[in-house]
Amino acid sequence: MHQLRNEQRLYWRSHELAFFTFLFPVLIFVLLGSVYGNDRIKSEHGLKGSSYLLAGMLGYGVASTAFAGLAIILVIRRESGVMKRLRGTPLPAWAYVAAMLISAIFVFAIEVVILLVLAKALFDVPFPTHVFSLVLALLLGALAFAAMGIGLTTVIRSAEGSSAVVNAVYLPLAFLAGSFWSPHAYPRFLEVIADVLPLTYFIRMVRDIVLRDGEIWNEGTAVAVIAAWGALGLYFAIRRFRWEPRDA
Amino acid sequence: MPAAVTVDDLRKSYGQIEAVRGISFEIEQGEVFGLLGPNGAGKTTTVEVLEGYRTRDGGAVSVLGADPQQAGADWRDRIGIVLQSSAMYPNLTVCEHVALFAGYFSHPRDVDEVVDLVGLAEKRDARVKSLSGGQMRRLDLALGLIGDPEILFLDEPTTGFDPAARRAAWGMIRSLRELGKTVLLTTHYLDEAEQLADRVAVLREGRIVALGKPEELTGRQVATEIRYRENGREVLLETYEPTKALHELTGDALARGIELESLQVRRPTLEEIYLELTESADE
Repeated sequence: MHQLRNEQRLYWRSHELAFFTFLFPVLIFVLLGSVYGNDRIKSEHGLKGSSYLLAGMLGYGVASTAFAGLAIILVIRRESGVMKRLRGTPLPAWAYVAAMLISAIFVFAIEVVILLVLAKALFDVPFPTHVFSLVLALLLGALAFAAMGIGLTTVIRSAEGSSAVVNAVYLPLAFLAGSFWSPHAYPRFLEVIADVLPLTYFIRMVRDIVLRDGEIWNEGTAVAVIAAWGALGLYFAIRRFRWEPRDA
Repeated sequence: MPAAVTVDDLRKSYGQIEAVRGISFEIEQGEVFGLLGPNGAGKTTTVEVLEGYRTRDGGAVSVLGADPQQAGADWRDRIGIVLQSSAMYPNLTVCEHVALFAGYFSHPRDVDEVVDLVGLAEKRDARVKSLSGGQMRRLDLALGLIGDPEILFLDEPTTGFDPAARRAAWGMIRSLRELGKTVLLTTHYLDEAEQLADRVAVLREGRIVALGKPEELTGRQVATEIRYRENGREVLLETYEPTKALHELTGDALARGIELESLQVRRPTLEEIYLELTESADE
Protein backbone atom coordinates (compact mmCIF):
# COMPACT_ATOMS: atom_id res chain seq x y z
CA MET A 1 0.00 0.00 0.00
CA HIS A 2 2.79 2.30 1.03
CA GLN A 3 4.72 1.44 -2.11
CA LEU A 4 1.60 1.82 -4.24
CA ARG A 5 1.01 5.39 -3.06
CA ASN A 6 4.60 6.14 -3.88
CA GLU A 7 4.23 4.69 -7.37
CA GLN A 8 1.25 6.94 -8.01
CA ARG A 9 3.10 10.00 -6.80
CA LEU A 10 6.07 9.13 -8.96
CA TYR A 11 3.93 8.57 -12.03
CA TRP A 12 2.09 11.86 -11.92
CA ARG A 13 5.22 13.80 -11.05
CA SER A 14 7.12 12.67 -14.10
CA HIS A 15 5.16 14.91 -16.40
CA GLU A 16 6.60 13.70 -19.68
CA LEU A 17 5.78 10.10 -19.02
CA ALA A 18 2.32 10.86 -17.71
CA PHE A 19 1.65 12.97 -20.78
CA PHE A 20 2.70 10.41 -23.32
CA THR A 21 1.22 7.35 -21.77
CA PHE A 22 -1.90 8.83 -20.21
CA LEU A 23 -2.97 11.89 -22.13
CA PHE A 24 -1.85 10.78 -25.57
CA PRO A 25 -4.57 8.17 -26.17
CA VAL A 26 -7.18 10.68 -25.01
CA LEU A 27 -5.85 13.33 -27.38
CA ILE A 28 -5.70 10.96 -30.32
CA PHE A 29 -9.22 9.84 -29.59
CA VAL A 30 -10.54 13.40 -29.74
CA LEU A 31 -8.43 14.20 -32.78
CA LEU A 32 -9.23 11.18 -34.92
CA GLY A 33 -12.77 11.21 -33.60
CA SER A 34 -13.31 14.67 -35.01
CA VAL A 35 -11.82 13.58 -38.34
CA TYR A 36 -13.97 10.56 -39.03
CA GLY A 37 -16.08 10.11 -35.91
CA ASN A 38 -19.37 10.63 -37.72
CA ASP A 39 -18.52 8.62 -40.81
CA ARG A 40 -19.90 5.17 -41.29
CA ILE A 41 -17.37 2.43 -41.86
CA LYS A 42 -18.55 0.16 -44.63
CA SER A 43 -16.20 -2.73 -43.93
CA GLU A 44 -17.47 -2.80 -40.32
CA HIS A 45 -21.13 -3.08 -41.32
CA GLY A 46 -21.71 0.63 -41.28
CA LEU A 47 -20.45 1.11 -37.70
CA LYS A 48 -19.96 4.70 -36.60
CA GLY A 49 -16.33 5.80 -36.78
CA SER A 50 -16.22 7.12 -33.23
CA SER A 51 -17.61 3.91 -31.77
CA TYR A 52 -15.04 1.97 -33.69
CA LEU A 53 -12.30 4.28 -32.52
CA LEU A 54 -13.30 3.99 -28.87
CA ALA A 55 -12.37 0.30 -28.78
CA GLY A 56 -9.16 1.02 -30.65
CA MET A 57 -8.23 3.68 -28.14
CA LEU A 58 -8.96 1.44 -25.18
CA GLY A 59 -6.49 -0.97 -26.76
CA TYR A 60 -3.99 1.79 -27.39
CA GLY A 61 -4.48 2.93 -23.81
CA VAL A 62 -3.67 -0.47 -22.37
CA ALA A 63 -0.59 -0.73 -24.56
CA SER A 64 0.64 2.70 -23.58
CA THR A 65 0.02 2.62 -19.81
CA ALA A 66 0.47 -1.04 -18.89
CA PHE A 67 2.99 -1.99 -21.55
CA ALA A 68 5.03 1.02 -22.69
CA GLY A 69 4.83 3.10 -19.52
CA LEU A 70 5.73 0.23 -17.23
CA ALA A 71 8.58 -0.99 -19.44
CA ILE A 72 10.15 2.47 -19.73
CA ILE A 73 9.95 3.17 -15.99
CA LEU A 74 11.39 -0.22 -15.15
CA VAL A 75 14.39 0.11 -17.48
CA ILE A 76 15.18 3.64 -16.29
CA ARG A 77 15.04 2.52 -12.67
CA ARG A 78 17.13 -0.52 -13.32
CA GLU A 79 19.84 1.31 -15.24
CA SER A 80 19.99 4.20 -12.79
CA GLY A 81 20.54 1.76 -9.93
CA VAL A 82 17.28 2.38 -8.09
CA MET A 83 16.33 -1.28 -8.43
CA LYS A 84 19.66 -2.37 -7.00
CA ARG A 85 19.15 -0.13 -4.01
CA LEU A 86 15.63 -1.46 -3.45
CA ARG A 87 16.98 -4.95 -3.50
CA GLY A 88 19.10 -4.08 -0.49
CA THR A 89 15.99 -3.33 1.58
CA PRO A 90 13.59 -5.83 3.15
CA LEU A 91 10.90 -4.88 0.61
CA PRO A 92 10.00 -8.15 -1.14
CA ALA A 93 10.32 -8.16 -4.93
CA TRP A 94 6.73 -9.28 -5.42
CA ALA A 95 5.44 -6.32 -3.40
CA TYR A 96 7.41 -3.95 -5.56
CA VAL A 97 6.28 -5.45 -8.85
CA ALA A 98 2.70 -5.66 -7.58
CA ALA A 99 2.74 -1.99 -6.62
CA MET A 100 3.99 -1.03 -10.07
CA LEU A 101 1.38 -3.22 -11.72
CA ILE A 102 -1.55 -1.99 -9.65
CA SER A 103 -0.38 1.56 -10.16
CA ALA A 104 -0.37 1.06 -13.95
CA ILE A 105 -3.82 -0.56 -13.82
CA PHE A 106 -5.11 2.32 -11.72
CA VAL A 107 -3.87 4.86 -14.25
CA PHE A 108 -5.40 2.82 -17.05
CA ALA A 109 -8.75 2.66 -15.20
CA ILE A 110 -8.91 6.46 -14.97
CA GLU A 111 -8.08 6.60 -18.65
CA VAL A 112 -10.89 4.19 -19.52
CA VAL A 113 -13.43 6.26 -17.64
CA ILE A 114 -12.28 9.45 -19.37
CA LEU A 115 -12.44 7.77 -22.79
CA LEU A 116 -15.94 6.40 -22.17
CA VAL A 117 -17.24 9.73 -20.92
CA LEU A 118 -15.65 11.64 -23.81
CA ALA A 119 -17.08 9.16 -26.31
CA LYS A 120 -20.54 9.66 -24.84
CA ALA A 121 -20.27 13.45 -24.60
CA LEU A 122 -18.61 14.22 -27.91
CA PHE A 123 -19.75 11.46 -30.22
CA ASP A 124 -22.84 10.09 -28.52
CA VAL A 125 -21.43 6.56 -28.18
CA PRO A 126 -23.65 4.74 -25.65
CA PHE A 127 -22.08 3.32 -22.47
CA PRO A 128 -21.42 -0.41 -22.66
CA THR A 129 -24.10 -2.66 -21.21
CA HIS A 130 -21.91 -5.47 -19.93
CA VAL A 131 -19.73 -3.52 -17.55
CA PHE A 132 -18.52 -6.59 -15.69
CA SER A 133 -17.36 -8.26 -18.91
CA LEU A 134 -15.61 -5.07 -19.93
CA VAL A 135 -13.81 -4.75 -16.60
CA LEU A 136 -12.66 -8.37 -16.81
CA ALA A 137 -11.49 -7.92 -20.39
CA LEU A 138 -9.59 -4.73 -19.59
CA LEU A 139 -8.03 -6.30 -16.52
CA LEU A 140 -6.89 -9.32 -18.49
CA GLY A 141 -5.42 -6.98 -21.10
CA ALA A 142 -3.67 -4.82 -18.53
CA LEU A 143 -2.09 -7.83 -16.77
CA ALA A 144 -1.02 -9.50 -19.99
CA PHE A 145 0.47 -6.33 -21.45
CA ALA A 146 2.20 -5.49 -18.20
CA ALA A 147 3.77 -8.96 -18.21
CA MET A 148 4.89 -8.41 -21.82
CA GLY A 149 6.25 -4.99 -20.85
CA ILE A 150 8.34 -6.45 -18.04
CA GLY A 151 9.42 -9.23 -20.37
CA LEU A 152 10.52 -6.66 -22.94
CA THR A 153 12.73 -4.88 -20.40
CA THR A 154 14.96 -7.93 -20.23
CA VAL A 155 16.19 -7.32 -23.78
CA ILE A 156 16.66 -3.55 -23.43
CA ARG A 157 20.23 -2.67 -22.58
CA SER A 158 20.21 0.99 -21.63
CA ALA A 159 18.01 3.71 -20.21
CA GLU A 160 18.63 5.80 -23.33
CA GLY A 161 17.35 3.01 -25.53
CA SER A 162 14.28 2.24 -23.46
CA SER A 163 11.79 4.66 -24.97
CA ALA A 164 13.19 4.07 -28.46
CA VAL A 165 12.80 0.30 -28.23
CA VAL A 166 9.45 0.48 -26.50
CA ASN A 167 8.06 2.94 -29.05
CA ALA A 168 9.43 0.87 -31.91
CA VAL A 169 7.47 -2.07 -30.55
CA TYR A 170 4.22 -0.60 -29.44
CA LEU A 171 3.48 2.03 -32.09
CA PRO A 172 3.57 -0.45 -35.00
CA LEU A 173 1.66 -2.84 -32.75
CA ALA A 174 -1.10 -0.30 -32.23
CA PHE A 175 -1.05 0.60 -35.91
CA LEU A 176 -1.30 -2.99 -37.10
CA ALA A 177 -3.91 -3.93 -34.57
CA GLY A 178 -6.19 -1.20 -35.82
CA SER A 179 -6.09 1.18 -32.89
CA PHE A 180 -6.37 4.24 -35.09
CA TRP A 181 -8.56 3.08 -37.96
CA SER A 182 -10.01 -0.04 -39.45
CA PRO A 183 -7.29 -2.43 -40.64
CA HIS A 184 -9.53 -3.89 -43.31
CA ALA A 185 -7.88 -1.87 -46.04
CA TYR A 186 -4.41 -3.13 -45.05
CA PRO A 187 -2.52 -5.31 -47.54
CA ARG A 188 -2.71 -9.03 -46.98
CA PHE A 189 0.72 -9.47 -45.38
CA LEU A 190 0.02 -6.82 -42.74
CA GLU A 191 -3.20 -8.58 -41.89
CA VAL A 192 -1.34 -11.83 -41.45
CA ILE A 193 1.08 -10.19 -39.03
CA ALA A 194 -1.76 -8.46 -37.20
CA ASP A 195 -3.48 -11.82 -36.84
CA VAL A 196 -0.92 -13.11 -34.37
CA LEU A 197 -0.55 -9.94 -32.32
CA PRO A 198 -2.21 -9.76 -28.91
CA LEU A 199 -3.44 -6.19 -29.33
CA THR A 200 -5.50 -7.17 -32.38
CA TYR A 201 -7.39 -9.70 -30.31
CA PHE A 202 -7.70 -7.35 -27.39
CA ILE A 203 -9.26 -4.62 -29.52
CA ARG A 204 -11.54 -7.10 -31.27
CA MET A 205 -12.71 -8.44 -27.92
CA VAL A 206 -13.27 -4.99 -26.43
CA ARG A 207 -15.13 -3.89 -29.54
CA ASP A 208 -17.48 -6.85 -29.29
CA ILE A 209 -18.16 -6.11 -25.64
CA VAL A 210 -18.52 -2.36 -25.94
CA LEU A 211 -20.39 -2.13 -29.22
CA ARG A 212 -22.08 -5.44 -29.86
CA ASP A 213 -23.27 -6.39 -26.40
CA GLY A 214 -20.77 -9.23 -26.30
CA GLU A 215 -19.59 -11.02 -23.14
CA ILE A 216 -16.06 -12.04 -22.31
CA TRP A 217 -16.94 -15.74 -22.08
CA ASN A 218 -17.89 -15.73 -25.75
CA GLU A 219 -14.43 -14.56 -26.69
CA GLY A 220 -12.48 -17.76 -26.04
CA THR A 221 -9.92 -17.32 -28.82
CA ALA A 222 -9.13 -13.74 -27.90
CA VAL A 223 -8.74 -14.56 -24.21
CA ALA A 224 -6.50 -17.52 -25.05
CA VAL A 225 -4.24 -15.53 -27.41
CA ILE A 226 -3.88 -12.61 -24.98
CA ALA A 227 -3.21 -14.93 -22.07
CA ALA A 228 -0.62 -16.85 -24.10
CA TRP A 229 1.26 -13.65 -24.95
CA GLY A 230 1.03 -12.61 -21.33
CA ALA A 231 2.47 -15.94 -20.25
CA LEU A 232 5.32 -15.57 -22.74
CA GLY A 233 6.09 -12.13 -21.32
CA LEU A 234 5.95 -13.50 -17.81
CA TYR A 235 8.33 -16.30 -18.72
CA PHE A 236 10.97 -13.85 -19.94
CA ALA A 237 10.23 -11.51 -17.05
CA ILE A 238 10.96 -14.22 -14.50
CA ARG A 239 13.75 -16.01 -16.30
CA ARG A 240 15.83 -13.02 -17.30
CA PHE A 241 14.91 -10.29 -14.86
CA ARG A 242 17.84 -8.14 -13.76
CA TRP A 243 18.05 -5.86 -10.74
CA GLU A 244 21.30 -4.23 -11.60
CA PRO A 245 22.40 -2.00 -14.42
CA ARG A 246 24.49 -3.57 -17.14
CA ASP A 247 28.26 -3.20 -16.60
CA ALA A 248 28.11 -1.91 -13.08
CA MET B 1 30.06 -11.78 21.66
CA PRO B 2 30.14 -13.39 18.20
CA ALA B 3 31.73 -11.42 15.38
CA ALA B 4 29.37 -9.30 13.29
CA VAL B 5 31.12 -10.34 10.08
CA THR B 6 33.28 -13.37 9.37
CA VAL B 7 35.00 -13.82 6.03
CA ASP B 8 37.06 -16.94 5.44
CA ASP B 9 39.06 -17.43 2.23
CA LEU B 10 36.59 -15.51 0.07
CA ARG B 11 37.12 -15.86 -3.67
CA LYS B 12 35.34 -14.25 -6.59
CA SER B 13 36.16 -14.10 -10.30
CA TYR B 14 34.53 -12.32 -13.21
CA GLY B 15 35.33 -14.48 -16.20
CA GLN B 16 39.11 -14.64 -16.40
CA ILE B 17 39.66 -11.87 -13.88
CA GLU B 18 40.16 -12.89 -10.27
CA ALA B 19 38.77 -9.92 -8.36
CA VAL B 20 39.12 -11.43 -4.88
CA ARG B 21 41.75 -14.12 -4.32
CA GLY B 22 41.13 -15.66 -0.93
CA ILE B 23 40.74 -13.06 1.79
CA SER B 24 39.87 -13.60 5.45
CA PHE B 25 38.96 -11.17 8.21
CA GLU B 26 36.52 -10.68 11.06
CA ILE B 27 34.66 -7.59 12.20
CA GLU B 28 33.63 -7.34 15.85
CA GLN B 29 30.30 -5.92 16.87
CA GLY B 30 30.49 -2.17 17.29
CA GLU B 31 33.73 -1.97 15.35
CA VAL B 32 34.43 0.42 12.49
CA PHE B 33 36.38 -1.60 9.96
CA GLY B 34 38.04 -0.07 6.92
CA LEU B 35 38.78 -1.79 3.61
CA LEU B 36 41.50 0.29 2.03
CA GLY B 37 42.98 -0.05 -1.41
CA PRO B 38 43.36 1.46 -4.84
CA ASN B 39 40.64 1.16 -7.48
CA GLY B 40 40.27 -2.38 -8.73
CA ALA B 41 41.71 -3.97 -5.59
CA GLY B 42 38.49 -5.89 -4.90
CA LYS B 43 36.92 -3.66 -2.23
CA THR B 44 33.52 -3.25 -3.84
CA THR B 45 33.34 -6.90 -4.85
CA THR B 46 34.02 -7.91 -1.26
CA VAL B 47 31.40 -5.53 0.12
CA GLU B 48 28.82 -6.59 -2.44
CA VAL B 49 29.30 -10.23 -1.52
CA LEU B 50 28.70 -9.29 2.13
CA GLU B 51 25.61 -7.27 1.18
CA GLY B 52 24.15 -10.25 -0.67
CA TYR B 53 24.38 -8.73 -4.15
CA ARG B 54 26.96 -11.15 -5.50
CA THR B 55 27.46 -14.85 -5.20
CA ARG B 56 30.94 -15.99 -4.22
CA ASP B 57 33.02 -18.59 -5.99
CA GLY B 58 34.68 -19.92 -2.88
CA GLY B 59 35.12 -19.51 0.88
CA ALA B 60 32.67 -18.88 3.70
CA VAL B 61 30.95 -15.64 4.66
CA SER B 62 28.73 -14.80 7.60
CA VAL B 63 27.06 -11.47 8.31
CA LEU B 64 25.05 -11.17 11.55
CA GLY B 65 25.09 -14.95 11.73
CA ALA B 66 23.62 -15.53 8.27
CA ASP B 67 24.98 -16.32 4.82
CA PRO B 68 24.18 -13.22 2.73
CA GLN B 69 23.67 -15.40 -0.33
CA GLN B 70 20.68 -17.11 1.27
CA ALA B 71 19.47 -14.53 3.74
CA GLY B 72 16.00 -13.05 3.31
CA ALA B 73 13.97 -10.01 4.28
CA ASP B 74 14.49 -10.50 8.04
CA TRP B 75 18.22 -10.24 7.56
CA ARG B 76 17.93 -7.21 5.27
CA ASP B 77 15.88 -5.55 7.99
CA ARG B 78 19.03 -5.53 10.15
CA ILE B 79 21.56 -4.19 7.65
CA GLY B 80 22.02 -0.80 6.06
CA ILE B 81 23.63 -0.29 2.67
CA VAL B 82 25.14 2.80 1.12
CA LEU B 83 26.20 1.91 -2.42
CA GLN B 84 28.84 3.66 -4.44
CA SER B 85 26.33 5.27 -6.77
CA SER B 86 23.54 7.51 -5.52
CA ALA B 87 20.50 6.18 -7.31
CA MET B 88 17.20 7.78 -6.40
CA TYR B 89 13.88 8.96 -7.74
CA PRO B 90 14.58 12.47 -9.11
CA ASN B 91 11.02 13.64 -8.52
CA LEU B 92 10.72 12.81 -4.83
CA THR B 93 11.75 15.20 -2.08
CA VAL B 94 14.37 14.40 0.57
CA CYS B 95 11.78 13.70 3.24
CA GLU B 96 9.58 11.64 0.94
CA HIS B 97 12.57 9.46 0.11
CA VAL B 98 13.49 8.88 3.71
CA ALA B 99 9.85 8.24 4.65
CA LEU B 100 9.46 5.82 1.73
CA PHE B 101 12.45 3.79 2.80
CA ALA B 102 11.36 3.95 6.43
CA GLY B 103 8.28 2.04 5.32
CA TYR B 104 10.40 -0.90 4.16
CA PHE B 105 11.84 -1.61 7.62
CA SER B 106 10.17 -3.01 10.70
CA HIS B 107 11.78 -0.65 13.25
CA PRO B 108 12.73 2.51 11.39
CA ARG B 109 14.25 5.54 13.06
CA ASP B 110 12.41 8.84 13.08
CA VAL B 111 12.45 10.44 9.62
CA ASP B 112 13.07 14.01 10.79
CA GLU B 113 15.76 12.88 13.19
CA VAL B 114 17.67 11.08 10.43
CA VAL B 115 17.31 13.99 8.02
CA ASP B 116 18.73 16.26 10.74
CA LEU B 117 21.52 13.82 11.52
CA VAL B 118 22.87 13.92 7.96
CA GLY B 119 22.53 17.69 7.86
CA LEU B 120 19.78 17.96 5.27
CA ALA B 121 17.18 19.68 7.45
CA GLU B 122 17.21 22.76 5.23
CA LYS B 123 16.70 20.66 2.12
CA ARG B 124 13.98 18.42 3.53
CA ASP B 125 11.36 19.50 0.99
CA ALA B 126 13.71 19.87 -1.99
CA ARG B 127 13.34 17.43 -4.85
CA VAL B 128 16.25 15.09 -5.27
CA LYS B 129 17.09 16.34 -8.76
CA SER B 130 17.92 19.77 -7.28
CA LEU B 131 20.49 18.43 -4.79
CA SER B 132 24.26 18.75 -5.20
CA GLY B 133 26.49 15.68 -5.34
CA GLY B 134 27.47 16.01 -1.69
CA GLN B 135 23.87 16.43 -0.61
CA MET B 136 22.89 13.34 -2.61
CA ARG B 137 25.56 11.40 -0.77
CA ARG B 138 24.20 12.58 2.56
CA LEU B 139 20.73 11.49 1.53
CA ASP B 140 22.31 8.15 0.61
CA LEU B 141 23.62 7.87 4.13
CA ALA B 142 20.19 8.79 5.51
CA LEU B 143 18.62 5.97 3.48
CA GLY B 144 21.23 3.56 4.82
CA LEU B 145 20.50 4.63 8.41
CA ILE B 146 16.72 4.90 8.37
CA GLY B 147 16.14 1.21 9.10
CA ASP B 148 18.23 1.52 12.29
CA PRO B 149 20.58 -1.24 11.11
CA GLU B 150 22.93 -3.23 13.33
CA ILE B 151 25.58 -3.08 10.63
CA LEU B 152 26.12 -0.43 8.00
CA PHE B 153 28.04 -0.92 4.76
CA LEU B 154 29.53 2.26 3.35
CA ASP B 155 31.11 1.94 -0.09
CA GLU B 156 33.38 4.96 -0.63
CA PRO B 157 31.13 7.30 1.34
CA THR B 158 33.11 10.49 0.70
CA THR B 159 34.47 10.05 -2.83
CA GLY B 160 33.98 13.32 -4.68
CA PHE B 161 33.44 15.41 -1.53
CA ASP B 162 35.05 18.76 -0.91
CA PRO B 163 37.16 18.91 2.26
CA ALA B 164 34.43 20.51 4.39
CA ALA B 165 31.86 17.92 3.34
CA ARG B 166 34.34 15.14 4.13
CA ARG B 167 34.87 16.48 7.64
CA ALA B 168 31.11 16.59 8.12
CA ALA B 169 30.72 13.03 6.86
CA TRP B 170 33.49 11.83 9.15
CA GLY B 171 31.67 13.42 12.08
CA MET B 172 28.55 11.49 11.14
CA ILE B 173 30.39 8.19 10.84
CA ARG B 174 32.01 8.75 14.25
CA SER B 175 28.59 9.36 15.72
CA LEU B 176 27.54 5.95 14.35
CA ARG B 177 30.25 4.35 16.41
CA GLU B 178 28.85 6.07 19.47
CA LEU B 179 25.48 4.50 18.66
CA GLY B 180 27.22 1.12 18.85
CA LYS B 181 26.79 0.32 15.16
CA THR B 182 29.14 -1.97 13.32
CA VAL B 183 30.44 -0.21 10.22
CA LEU B 184 32.28 -1.60 7.21
CA LEU B 185 33.73 1.21 5.20
CA THR B 186 35.66 1.08 1.94
CA THR B 187 37.85 3.94 0.88
CA HIS B 188 40.88 4.74 -1.17
CA TYR B 189 41.70 7.65 1.10
CA LEU B 190 44.25 6.83 3.74
CA ASP B 191 43.47 9.70 6.03
CA GLU B 192 39.87 8.57 6.01
CA ALA B 193 40.78 5.06 7.14
CA GLU B 194 43.21 6.51 9.69
CA GLN B 195 40.60 8.92 11.06
CA LEU B 196 37.63 6.60 11.22
CA ALA B 197 38.54 2.94 11.34
CA ASP B 198 39.36 0.91 14.44
CA ARG B 199 41.08 -1.58 12.18
CA VAL B 200 42.08 -1.48 8.54
CA ALA B 201 42.63 -4.18 5.93
CA VAL B 202 44.74 -3.03 2.99
CA LEU B 203 43.73 -4.76 -0.25
CA ARG B 204 45.84 -5.11 -3.33
CA GLU B 205 44.90 -7.18 -6.36
CA GLY B 206 42.32 -9.16 -4.47
CA ARG B 207 44.53 -10.01 -1.48
CA ILE B 208 44.89 -8.53 1.99
CA VAL B 209 48.47 -7.24 2.23
CA ALA B 210 48.16 -5.73 5.70
CA LEU B 211 45.61 -5.93 8.51
CA GLY B 212 45.56 -4.17 11.85
CA LYS B 213 44.97 -0.97 13.75
CA PRO B 214 46.02 2.10 11.80
CA GLU B 215 48.74 2.86 14.39
CA GLU B 216 50.01 -0.72 14.23
CA LEU B 217 50.29 -0.49 10.48
CA THR B 218 52.22 2.72 10.90
CA GLY B 219 54.42 1.22 13.59
CA ARG B 220 55.73 -1.82 11.77
CA GLN B 221 57.76 -2.82 8.80
CA VAL B 222 59.12 0.54 7.81
CA ALA B 223 62.10 1.94 9.66
CA THR B 224 62.10 5.26 11.43
CA GLU B 225 64.20 7.84 9.64
CA ILE B 226 66.74 10.10 11.33
CA ARG B 227 68.14 12.90 9.22
CA TYR B 228 70.71 15.58 9.95
CA ARG B 229 73.39 17.56 8.13
CA GLU B 230 77.08 17.19 8.80
CA ASN B 231 79.74 19.18 6.93
CA GLY B 232 77.10 20.28 4.42
CA ARG B 233 76.16 16.66 3.59
CA GLU B 234 72.79 15.17 4.48
CA VAL B 235 73.00 12.02 6.54
CA LEU B 236 70.11 9.55 6.66
CA LEU B 237 69.88 6.79 9.24
CA GLU B 238 67.14 4.15 9.07
CA THR B 239 66.57 2.25 12.26
CA TYR B 240 64.13 -0.08 13.94
CA GLU B 241 65.34 1.14 17.36
CA PRO B 242 64.97 4.91 17.11
CA THR B 243 65.42 5.60 20.85
CA LYS B 244 68.76 3.81 21.04
CA ALA B 245 70.03 5.23 17.75
CA LEU B 246 69.07 8.73 18.70
CA HIS B 247 70.72 8.43 22.13
CA GLU B 248 73.98 7.25 20.60
CA LEU B 249 73.88 9.94 17.95
CA THR B 250 73.19 12.84 20.27
CA GLY B 251 75.58 11.46 22.94
CA ASP B 252 78.33 11.37 20.38
CA ALA B 253 77.56 14.88 19.17
CA LEU B 254 77.55 16.21 22.74
CA ALA B 255 80.88 14.54 23.50
CA ARG B 256 82.39 16.14 20.41
CA GLY B 257 80.74 19.47 21.23
CA ILE B 258 79.04 19.85 17.87
CA GLU B 259 75.50 20.72 16.87
CA LEU B 260 73.59 18.33 14.59
CA GLU B 261 72.17 20.61 11.94
CA SER B 262 68.57 20.16 10.77
CA LEU B 263 68.02 17.15 12.99
CA GLN B 264 64.75 15.34 12.14
CA VAL B 265 63.16 12.16 13.42
CA ARG B 266 60.30 10.85 11.29
CA ARG B 267 58.04 7.91 11.47
CA PRO B 268 56.53 7.02 8.09
CA THR B 269 52.91 8.01 7.64
CA LEU B 270 50.24 5.46 6.84
CA GLU B 271 50.31 6.93 3.37
CA GLU B 272 53.88 5.83 2.76
CA ILE B 273 53.25 2.37 4.13
CA TYR B 274 50.16 2.13 2.00
CA LEU B 275 51.97 3.18 -1.13
CA GLU B 276 54.72 0.72 -0.41
CA LEU B 277 52.24 -2.07 0.24
CA THR B 278 50.20 -1.39 -2.85
CA GLU B 279 53.05 -0.73 -5.24
CA SER B 280 56.15 -2.64 -4.26
CA ALA B 281 55.14 -6.02 -5.60
CA ASP B 282 54.21 -4.64 -9.00
CA GLU B 283 57.77 -4.56 -10.22
